[in-house]
Amino acid sequence: MLRIAKLVGAIGLAGLALASPALAAGGHHFDYRKVPWSFGGFFGQYDKAQLQRGFQVYKEACSACHGMTRVRWRNLVEKGGPEFPEDAVKLLAKDWPNQPLAEPNDEGRTTDAKGNLLTRPAILADPILGPYRNEKEARAAQNGALPPDLSLMAKARDIHETPVWYVHVGKMARDIAVGYQEGGADYVYNLLTAYADAPADFKMSDGMNYNKAYPGNQIAMVPPLNADNPIKYQDGSGTKEQNAKDVVAFLSWAADPHLNQRKAMGWTVMLYLLITCVLLYFAKKRVWARAGGH
Amino acid sequence: MSGPSSYVPKSNLAKWFDERLPIARLMHDSFVAFPTPRNLNYMWTFGGILMFCLVAQIVTGVILAMHYTAHVDTAFESVQHIRRDVNYGWLIQPMHAVGASFFFIAVYLHIFRGLYYGSYKSPREVLWILGVFILFAMMATAFLGYTLPWGQMSFWGATVITNLFSSLDQVIPGLGTGIVTWLWGGFAVGNPTLNRFFSLHYLLPFVIFGIVILHVWALHVVGQNNPTGLDIKQPSDAVPMHPYAIMKDIFALFVFLIPFAYFVLFMPDYLGHADNYNPANPLVTPPHIVPEWYFLPFYAILRAIPDKLGGVIAMVASIGILAFAPWLDWSRVRSCKYRPIMKWCFWGFVVTCLALGYLGAMPAEEPYVMWARIFTFLYFAYFLIAMPLVGLIETPSQMPRSITESVLGASKPGSGGGGQMPAGVPAGPEKR
Repeated sequence: MLRIAKLVGAIGLAGLALASPALAAGGHHFDYRKVPWSFGGFFGQYDKAQLQRGFQVYKEACSACHGMTRVRWRNLVEKGGPEFPEDAVKLLAKDWPNQPLAEPNDEGRTTDAKGNLLTRPAILADPILGPYRNEKEARAAQNGALPPDLSLMAKARDIHETPVWYVHVGKMARDIAVGYQEGGADYVYNLLTAYADAPADFKMSDGMNYNKAYPGNQIAMVPPLNADNPIKYQDGSGTKEQNAKDVVAFLSWAADPHLNQRKAMGWTVMLYLLITCVLLYFAKKRVWARAGGH
Repeated sequence: MSGPSSYVPKSNLAKWFDERLPIARLMHDSFVAFPTPRNLNYMWTFGGILMFCLVAQIVTGVILAMHYTAHVDTAFESVQHIRRDVNYGWLIQPMHAVGASFFFIAVYLHIFRGLYYGSYKSPREVLWILGVFILFAMMATAFLGYTLPWGQMSFWGATVITNLFSSLDQVIPGLGTGIVTWLWGGFAVGNPTLNRFFSLHYLLPFVIFGIVILHVWALHVVGQNNPTGLDIKQPSDAVPMHPYAIMKDIFALFVFLIPFAYFVLFMPDYLGHADNYNPANPLVTPPHIVPEWYFLPFYAILRAIPDKLGGVIAMVASIGILAFAPWLDWSRVRSCKYRPIMKWCFWGFVVTCLALGYLGAMPAEEPYVMWARIFTFLYFAYFLIAMPLVGLIETPSQMPRSITESVLGASKPGSGGGGQMPAGVPAGPEKR
């Protein structure tokens, strides 16, 4: 009888093994490059200078189309973020091209003489607005496409990989073991750097751009970063790859602004739990010794 | 809760109170003096761990509810508000979300333990069935809770799962659609749906708490099972719950907290889905709608059946069938430790559940569907074929005569079974 049970088990396992090449088939293939982020892993923390550079890239490239409405200007000052000086951010908010709508003015009007909506200067408590008031305005201006809000972009995407099941299980174990949680950041980085000329046999729709990392390879977003004309930082440096890395680090902070504090607390908590476990183990052993031990 | 009470009030006040409301006596008999088998292994610590999980979920959940708004326009933003602006919201929200996952990890291990050691068998049928009720209620609560952040997966998960009821149209035309409309409070998943889901998500944990009390009560009437499956027959078979079992439970709980804290603090989003960071959009269907990992095996079973109603029935049956385990298993031996064939069937069942979990995460296309069908068959085969039949054909291996013997080995001739323990040693060691 035992033999029958073992046989059934063996058939099941053999079947799984046979199925695996088939399981691997299908899906969109792109070898995502994994960036060694400063905020990845257990000791990971944001690099303040990188977040500041990333904000510059956002300001000069992304903000033309994308808002970050869940991030407020004050967040740029707060600890664990880019930590810009408060006065600089106040000025930045006031001069930001996209300003919040004003309340009706003294004359009860919400528009100026030409019919433009009245705005007021943004303050630290205001969100970082994009150029469009709503989806309709965005689509009207963008040829039907909608530039998504970027505040959660680094978490709302992930790298799509569907390996064979046993590889899948191994990858999962490895990701958990090394604390890999930057799939979204890696996806955005790859997206920003994977623009290319479409292959000759690839049919492109009107107004679309070829991108190797994007599922389906056709994306409405024009290449936001330029290799020939990268965004230059204060010290004069700057390449397309560096721009992409910095802005993705900034977006990662925007999506998870408490990461520094969380990971720092993580170590304290783990240490506390480990020590407590050791103490509890010996306490338990001692208690059980009275009952003959077990 | 059963047997003569050993509680002795230590003061006049305690005596006065005991004569009026013997709650201290109840606690003493249930959680201090309660005899626990001395051979329990660490798989028996999940009861206490689950109690902790339930309380932790309620505490974090109550705090979250103070800051959350159940409205389609603001639900998503209110969760972001919690994670960004509420003091320690970045800690409490992941504790609740990751906590749900760890609640399920613990409950699945608890159930597997019960299956392996035959904890469902007489006289523990009611205890076991109450456990199945708790599992159902937990699943409902988790599903409702996953809807609340109102991300893409929340919305589409709610749409897919509530739509399962529409399969009842195959029985009485209009019945299923009617139920679905009634559940939604409208003609699509919308604001009324979110509101009632929030209300029910807050209610159900207290229902679970109530069933848990019955579960613990039933446990304390029939006593705990143990790795040998033998009953407690003599004083040396048991140790008082305090401090022995309690100490072991606390140690196990802290070990359990290590991976829990690891996920909360280092990878809070790993167990979730990236798409749930996109606000719900009824006009955009995600390419893959997948439930949370703990539902994946059942999702695989649902999709394995080619017929919609059949799939729903199979999915519900896959959990409901657990309740019939006490009568499906015809073997008189409780523990698989002494069941050479059933032991293998059990591990096959564990592999089946894991395989179904994997397949539930894969798209509904070949070859996954075929494998899901095979494993669905194996899942039910464990209950409907292995449980009744294996007991008839297998020869149980040699069992110890008592729990004490299983721990201390067979006693020397003449010394008397279990007589090696000086009487009274396990009791009151803290006074030594």
